[in-house]
Amino acid sequence: MPLDQSFIGAVSEPVVYEIEKGHIRLFADAIGDPNPIYRDVAAARAAGYRNIPVPPTFPTILRAGAEIRAKMNLDWRYILHGEQEFRYLGDICAGDVITARLKIADIYTKSGGSGKMDFIVQETDCTNQDGRLVMQQRSVTVYRWPKEEK
Amino acid sequence: MLRAADLKVGEEIPAYVTPPVERIQLVKYASPSGDFNRIHVDEPFAKSAGYPTVFAHGMLTMAFVGRMLGDWAEPRALRAFGVRFAKIVWPGDVITCKGKITALGEEGGEKRAKLEVWAENQKGEVVVKGTAEVAAS
Repeated sequence: MPLDQSFIGAVSEPVVYEIEKGHIRLFADAIGDPNPIYRDVAAARAAGYRNIPVPPTFPTILRAGAEIRAKMNLDWRYILHGEQEFRYLGDICAGDVITARLKIADIYTKSGGSGKMDFIVQETDCTNQDGRLVMQQRSVTVYRWPKEEK
Repeated sequence: MLRAADLKVGEEIPAYVTPPVERIQLVKYASPSGDFNRIHVDEPFAKSAGYPTVFAHGMLTMAFVGRMLGDWAEPRALRAFGVRFAKIVWPGDVITCKGKITALGEEGGEKRAKLEVWAENQKGEVVVKGTAEVAAS
């Protein structure tokens, strides 16, 4: 079954994240990035930051829209991440309070080698404690239709 | 910061080769990334979805490419970074991240370099492919 197109344009509730330095360190450890700016305030300040910054893909944690995705009722076994894009408009550092808001920008269906798939395009704007837009994300989620629905 | 005068269109940036991706790394990544899709950490679940075993989060592979960019420029110079996930990364895969300068110009009152970036597995298959934009002085 194709996803309900009426989700296009849906806007999420805002979700607020406090950026913590321990979280940044764990993330940098997990991805295998040894850069000292992700662990040491002095190294971060020497590199021009206010405080310990987040690695380039850390903003993936700034999610919103769980309440919309819950209504889509997707089976997690058939979800794949198709595309991801970050636009960096300002630093995100430990101590920042980021508000994420998601919009469902598009939903469309395509036929591929392994059957039909829905593509869900999600855009997330991330604003900091000063009201400044610091990050824009765009992601495309691919939903493979379960076998019996081909 | 990179100096625009030192950059040339067509030039490749230093590659970054990861250690083999381990199952434990997928567990370590799941928690701080907040991506708890069981397909990356729960083998019976992955098999029930038709996969031979668990596989890496696409965002983990993107993070490897992000590290390459941060090592070359500096993370703070990054203005845009996007990828398409082309192939699954399996436990044991060794990923080589690469990038090439495709254009030099100015935008937003600063010098910028545009790059094509990608990552390959040990068989030379492209697993992610995308673009990045960095500021230069």
